[in-house]
Amino acid sequence: MSEFLLLRHRNIGEEGIAELDEYLRLGGFQAFRKVVTQMSPQQVIDLVKASGLRGRGGAGFPTGIKWSFLSDRFPRYVVANSDESEPGTFKDREIMERNPFQFLEGLMICAYASQAHVAYNYCRGEFWQLVDELQSKVIQLHDHGMLGDRIFGSEFSLQIHHHLGAGAYICGEESALLESIEGKLGQPRLKPPFPADRGLYQQPTVVNNTETLANVPLIIERGAEWYRSIGVEKSCGPKIMCLSGHAKNPGNYEVPLGTTFRELIFDLADGITGDKRLKAILPSGASAPILPATDVVLDTPLTYEDVSLVGSQLGSASIILLDETVDVSWAAMKTTRFFKHESCGKCTPCREGTYWMDRLLHRINNGQGDHEDANLLGEVAKQITGKCLCPLGDFSTSAVISGLELFHDDFTQHVRNGNGSTVELSE
Amino acid sequence: MTPKEMVVTLRDRYADEIETILERYPAEQKRSAVMPLIFMAQREEGYITGSAIDEIAELLDIASTQVVSIVGFYTLFYANPGGMHRIQICTDLPCALRGADEFAEQVCENLGVKLGETTDDGQFTVEAVMCLAACDKAPMFQVQNSSGLTYYECQSADDVNVLVKELRTSPDDLDETVSG
Amino acid sequence: MADQVTLKIDGDVVSVPAGTLIVDAAKSVSNDIPVFCYHPKLDPVGMCRMCLVEVGTPLRDRESGEPELDEHGDQKINWMPKLQTACTVPVSAGMRVRTATQQVTRARKDVVEFLLTSHPLDCPVCDKGGECPLQNLTMSHGSGESRYLFDEKIQLQKRVPLGELIFLDRERCIQCARCTRFQDELVGEPVIGFDKRGRALQIVTFSEPGFDSHFSGNTTDICPVGALTTADFRFGARPWEMQHTPSICPHCTVGCNTHLNTRRSGMVGGTVIKRVMPRQNEKVNEIWLCDKGRFGHHFAGSSDRLTVPLVRKDGRTIEQSWEHVLPLVAAKLAAADGEVAGIAGERLSNEDLFCFQTLVEGLGGRTMQWPGRMGGGDLVQQVGVGAGTDLAQLGAETVILVVASDLAEEAPLWWFKVRQAATKAGATLNKHPASLVVANARDTKLDRYANHIVRYSYGDEVQTVQALTHAISGDGAGIETGIDAQHNPLLSEVARAIEAAENMIIIYGSEGLDFSGSGALAQACANLLIASGHVGGVGNGLLPVWPSNNTQGAWDMGVRPAGMSVSEFTSGAKVVLLAGADPVGDGESLPEDAFVVISELFKTDTASRADVVLPAQAFVEREGSYTSGDRRVQRFYPALPALGDAMPDWNIFVRLTALLGLGTVPAGAGAVMRQIAADVPRYDGISYERLADVEEQWPHVGGRDSYYGGTAFENSAGLGLQTPTLAEMGHQVQPGNVEPPSVESGEFLVVPITLLYDRGSMLLRSKIMHQRLPEPYIELNVVDAERAGVGAGDRVALRVNGHDWEMATRVSTSPPEGVILFPRSLAGPLLPRTMVASLRKLES
Ligand SMILES: Cc1cc2nc3c(=O)[nH]c(=O)nc-3n(C[C@H](O)[C@H](O)[C@H](O)COP(=O)(O)O)c2cc1C
Ligand code: SF4
Ligand code: FES
Repeated sequence: MSEFLLLRHRNIGEEGIAELDEYLRLGGFQAFRKVVTQMSPQQVIDLVKASGLRGRGGAGFPTGIKWSFLSDRFPRYVVANSDESEPGTFKDREIMERNPFQFLEGLMICAYASQAHVAYNYCRGEFWQLVDELQSKVIQLHDHGMLGDRIFGSEFSLQIHHHLGAGAYICGEESALLESIEGKLGQPRLKPPFPADRGLYQQPTVVNNTETLANVPLIIERGAEWYRSIGVEKSCGPKIMCLSGHAKNPGNYEVPLGTTFRELIFDLADGITGDKRLKAILPSGASAPILPATDVVLDTPLTYEDVSLVGSQLGSASIILLDETVDVSWAAMKTTRFFKHESCGKCTPCREGTYWMDRLLHRINNGQGDHEDANLLGEVAKQITGKCLCPLGDFSTSAVISGLELFHDDFTQHVRNGNGSTVELSE
Repeated sequence: MTPKEMVVTLRDRYADEIETILERYPAEQKRSAVMPLIFMAQREEGYITGSAIDEIAELLDIASTQVVSIVGFYTLFYANPGGMHRIQICTDLPCALRGADEFAEQVCENLGVKLGETTDDGQFTVEAVMCLAACDKAPMFQVQNSSGLTYYECQSADDVNVLVKELRTSPDDLDETVSG
Repeated sequence: MADQVTLKIDGDVVSVPAGTLIVDAAKSVSNDIPVFCYHPKLDPVGMCRMCLVEVGTPLRDRESGEPELDEHGDQKINWMPKLQTACTVPVSAGMRVRTATQQVTRARKDVVEFLLTSHPLDCPVCDKGGECPLQNLTMSHGSGESRYLFDEKIQLQKRVPLGELIFLDRERCIQCARCTRFQDELVGEPVIGFDKRGRALQIVTFSEPGFDSHFSGNTTDICPVGALTTADFRFGARPWEMQHTPSICPHCTVGCNTHLNTRRSGMVGGTVIKRVMPRQNEKVNEIWLCDKGRFGHHFAGSSDRLTVPLVRKDGRTIEQSWEHVLPLVAAKLAAADGEVAGIAGERLSNEDLFCFQTLVEGLGGRTMQWPGRMGGGDLVQQVGVGAGTDLAQLGAETVILVVASDLAEEAPLWWFKVRQAATKAGATLNKHPASLVVANARDTKLDRYANHIVRYSYGDEVQTVQALTHAISGDGAGIETGIDAQHNPLLSEVARAIEAAENMIIIYGSEGLDFSGSGALAQACANLLIASGHVGGVGNGLLPVWPSNNTQGAWDMGVRPAGMSVSEFTSGAKVVLLAGADPVGDGESLPEDAFVVISELFKTDTASRADVVLPAQAFVEREGSYTSGDRRVQRFYPALPALGDAMPDWNIFVRLTALLGLGTVPAGAGAVMRQIAADVPRYDGISYERLADVEEQWPHVGGRDSYYGGTAFENSAGLGLQTPTLAEMGHQVQPGNVEPPSVESGEFLVVPITLLYDRGSMLLRSKIMHQRLPEPYIELNVVDAERAGVGAGDRVALRVNGHDWEMATRVSTSPPEGVILFPRSLAGPLLPRTMVASLRKLES
C-alpha cells in the first residue's frame, strides 16, 4: 500500500511522529479539536457509523453502532483494549510505540462521543515500559490543554489513566477486562448485560481495541466517504496484519482490507522461510480454525466475510504460517497449552476440557497415545464447543477440531511410529 | 481487630506513589488499585510478602484473601520468591516456529538450570511463558526484576550470555546490598 | 399479580412473575433442572454449565409485533442456536424451553463427565455421600464409564483446615464458587476466595483466624460436593443413619429454626447429636444458621449434667429420688407463708416460665427474671414489629434504625438480614435498599452498610432518640431533650428520612444501659414510632435485641425483671426458688437463712449453695416453645432420651403446684400451652397444633434434589406464630414518659458489651469453639491507652466496685475516649450496667 495510515502517520512522518511537536505539526489533534469545538457527540457517532469502521479487536463489530448503544446513564467510561495477548498479535504494541498520539487522539474522540470524562487504557502488564512512555505523553497532553478540564474552552473535560494487566489473556475479553480494572479476578461476566449498559463499575462503557481507535482521527479528518473507499464494501479501511511463523519477513503489514493471503504472504513478505512449501495458515492466532494452504485459501481476500466463507475467522488478523515441516498435532498441542494456561477457570467445559485436551495431545505427541486418543481428542473438543461462558472455550477447540479434520495423519503417525519427541509437561 | 504488626509499611515508603495510584480510580472504587499496588509492592522483594498483602488489603478496605486471589490469578504476580532476574522466554506457537524451544533449552543449559528453576546463586530464574506480542522478533524474552520489565528481541543464546554477565551482580555487590 | 409471564417448559404451561429465571420457573412445576453453581439465594453466575437447555422465543412480525404463525396456526419459534443456561436467562412471554431433548441430555452428560475428570470419586468415605448433588446428578446424568485416564488425575490435599471449624478437600471442589459468593454477597466477608486460575483454581483463606466469619458453617450446606465439611461432623455419621428432630436454636433472640441430627453412638453409649442443621423459615433464618447455633450445641450433651435430685443435709450432699425430694420442697414452700422469692432464667421455655410463675404466684410469692437486665418487654407487647415482617425483604420505603446494639454479635441472623435489606445483596439485586441508620457510641460491623451513622456518648442514647422525635414532631410536642436535633444536621437529616418513610423499624438493644436505662430507651423508641405513625403494621414497630433466646417469653409469662439486685429482691424470703439462673456465679448473694431450691442443668455456683438441686432436662430432651424478639412462638421437639432422672422444668413446678393443692398436673407440654393460651394475654389461639402449621416456602429446599438449595432441611414441623401487638389489635397506644438515665463520671466508664463467642457456660462446653473464644480482655481507645501507658496485649488491673480484675488490653479507635469496653461473660464480674473504674498496668 502506498500510504501508511496507522503505523506511521499520514504517510509523511517517520520515527519523529511519536513526539508531540511533530505529531501536531503534521495536523495531529485537529480532529479532536474539531469534534470538541464543532461537533455534537451524536454527529461524531453518526460519522463513525457512516464510515463503516468495524472493531479490530477480533469480533469486527461496527464501532459507531457500539457507541450508539450506550445506556442513558452517567458517568460513562471508555476503555481502550490494549491487552493484546492473542498468540501472533503484535500490532497494538507497534501502534502505541510508533504512533501513540493517533491512538490517544482516537481514544479522546471516543470519550467525547460517549460523553465520558474518564478513559482507561488497559495494557497488558508486559507493556510496562511502553505504558511509562504513554503516561509521559498523557502528561504532555495535559500541559497542552488537550486533557484536563474545559478542553479548548468547552464544557468537555477528560482524564486518561493507564491500567496494567498482569499476565492473563482472558483480560482481553472485554468483560473480564472490566472486572480486572475493578480489582477482581479477570473472569468474564455474563452477557447480557453488555458493557454499553453495565460496564465499568456497572456504568455504561465503551470498550474498543487500540487499532480501532487509531482509525478514528482519520475518519473525522477525511470523512466517511474517503474511509469507505479503502478496502471492500463490508470490510473497509486499513488493517494491520500481523504476520508470524514461517514468513520470510514476519512483521506488521498495514494493508487495505481485501488484500489476499497470497499478496500478503508472497508479495509483501517475500514468501516462506527457506522457500519451503506453505502447509497451513492460522489466520487469527491460536483462536480460529486452521486453513490449508490451498489456492482457494491463498486467493481469499482478507475480509471478515471472506475468511469466514473458507471456514475460519479474520479475527484480529494475527496470521501464523506453518511450513511443510510442521506437524499439526504439535501446533495443536501448542495452542492447547496456551488455552489451558489461560483458561480463567470460571466455567467447567473450558477449565476441564482444555486440561483434558492438553493431556491427550501430550500423549499423542510423546508417542504414548493409542488409536483411540485422536478420536477422543476430537470428541472432547466437541464436548467443549458451544457450552462455555465466553468465547475462549470455543477458541481452544478451533485448532484441534480443524487440525484433526484437515491433517488427521499428523495426529495418528506418532502412534504408528511410537516415536514422538519427548515433550516436557509444564505444570 | 488490632492492626497487624508491620516492620516498614508500604505507606511509609511509597506514600506519594500510593496516592497517585489511588487518584486514578473513583474514591468509592478503591479496590481498583489492587493490581497497581501489588506491582508496586512486588518491586521490593521480587514477590509479594504476607505483610504487603495485609497492608494492601487494609489500604483498600478489602479482605486479605481478596488480595491473595489477585496475586494468584495473574501470572506476573508472584506469591513466592524466585531469582533476582526472571528470564521469561516466549515459547508459544509463533515463537516456537522460529526456534524458541531450542533457544530456551540453550539458555537453560548455559545457566545450568531447567525451565522453571533458579540458578544456585539465586540470581536467575528461567521460565517459559505465553505469547508476549513480539512474535515477529523471535526468539525473544522478557526480564522481570526490581527495575521493572524489559523486552529482549531477536536474541541468540550468545546474546543471553552477554546479558547475563551484565545483569549478574558480583558477590561483592551482593554483600553490599545485603548489609546496606 | 401484575407482571405474570406465561411460557411453556417441555409440555407444561407455566405462569411466573416477570424476572423469574428459567430454572426457578421449571422448579415451580417440579421440573428439576440440574444445577451446581446456581443457588436460589445467590446471584446467578452461569459458570458450571450444568443447567443448559434449549430456549426459543416466538417470532414476531417486524411491523405489527404480532406473533407469526406457521401453517398449523402454531406460533413460530426462533430457537437459539446455542444451548442456554437456565440459571441465568429470565423467562419472557411465550418463551419455549426444552429440557429433555437429546441435545440437552448429552450436554448434561458432558458437563458431569468434565467435573468427574477432577473428582476423586471417594464417595464411600465422603461426608456428603448420601446427600451429595454431584453424586445424585452423576447417577441421573453421568455416563457409566470414565474415558479419562485415572492416573492423570490431579492429586491434591485432602484435608485442608480453613480455620478450625471448616475443612476443605481440594480434590472434591468443583469450583462452583457457591461458598465464596455466599461469603461475599450475603455475608459481606469475603474471607475465602479463589487462588490461581483455570484447572488450578483453589479455595483459600488468608484471614486470621482462618475463615473468619460467624456464618462459615453455611458454606458446608450449600457446597454441592463434599469439599467443605465441618470439623464437628467430619466423618461423624452417614446422613442416612441419622434421626431428624426439628428444634429451635437456644442461643439468641432470633429463634433460628434447626434440625437436630442424632445417632446412636457406641463410644458415648447412647444417642447423641451429630450435627445441627438449618431448617427453612424464610421469615426467621431463611436457610441459614450462625456458627454459634451450629457448633454451640455440645453443652446439652456435656458429661457434667445433673441427673438426680440432690439434697444438702448437715453439710453433705446426698442423692434423692423425686418421691422424696418434691414433698420436702413442697413442705418448705408451704411453710414460707408467701415469703417465696422466685428467680427464673430467660432461657427457660414458655411452659417452664408459665408454670414457675403460676406456682410462685399461687404461693403469694414474687418472681424475678434473671439476669433481667433489659427493659421494654411491655412496650414490645404494645408496639412490637408487625407480624409477618421479613427484615431481609425491607426496601426503599423503609427506614431501619438500629440503636445501642452490636447486632452482628448479639443477633447474627438479624444482622445478616438487615445487611441484606440495606444492600439488596444476593438474589435480591436490583431492588432498592432500605435506608439504614445505625446509632451507637462506638463503631460496629453494621456501620459499613449504614446510610447514616449517629454517634452519641454513652448515656445519651435516650436523649438522641428523643431528639429525633422532637425533630419530626416539629413543635417539640412537650419532649424534653438535652440534644437539639434542629441544629444538628445529621439528626435533622435522619428525622427527614423518618418522616418521608412509609415504614420504620427500630431495633433497640441495651449496650451501655441497665434495666431502667434500656427501658427508657425502649419508651423513647416507642414514642418515636408512635409520633411518626410507624406502629401496628408489617415493616413497622419495635424489635428488641434481647440478651437471651426467650426473654420475650419471660415477659409474656409474667416473669419480669425486678429492677433491683438479687439480695434486695430476696431479702426476707424464707424460700428462694430458682430455675435456670445462676446469680451466685455472677457475684450476687442469697440470704443466709433462706431455704434455696434450684432446678438446673449443671452444678453452678448457685446450685452449690442450694439446699435442694433438681436436675432439669435440656431443650434437646423435651418439648417446649420459645418466643423470639419478634414475638414468634416456636416449638421444639425432643431429640434425645431423658438424661437420668432429669425432668422438664415445667413438670417440676406443676408437680409442686399439685402437691401444694394449688392446681392439677397437666397431661403434657401441649396441655401447658393450652393453659397459656387461656391465661396469657395475646397467646389465645396458640396451640401446639397451630405452631406446627406450615405453608409452602420459596425457594424449595430439602427435597431430594439437594443440589438446588443445599442440605438445609425443609420445614414440615411448623413456622411458628407471632403474637399480635396491641397496636395491631387496633389499640391506640399512647407515648409514655421517659426518664433519661443519669450518667456516671469517673476516670473511666466501663461499658459491658456482648460478644457472640463468649466464655459462657454453653460455649465453654462446646470444645470445637474454644479456639474462637477470646481470652478475657478489655478494649481501650488509643488516646486513653497512651495516656495510661498501656499498649495492645499488656495486662492491666481494672478496679471496679473496689475489686481488681486482671485482663489483657486491646487498643483500637472503636471505643470513645474515656470508655473501656468490657466484653460480658469472658471473665470478671457480671456488670449489670456501665460503671466507673480505674486502670493500672501490671508489670509482666
Ligand atoms: C478470550 C478473548 C480475548 C480477547 N482479547 C482481546 C485483546 O487482546 N484485544 C482486543 O482488543 N480485543 C480482545 N478481545 C475482544 C474483546 O472482547 C472486544 O470484543 C474488543 O475489545 C472490542 O473492541 P473492538 O470493537 O474495537 O474490536 C478478546 C475476546 C476474547 C473472547
Ligand atoms: S470459556 Fe469459561 S473458563 Fe474459559 S475463559 Fe471463558 S469463562 Fe473462563
Ligand atoms: S451454569 Fe446454571 S447452574 Fe451452573
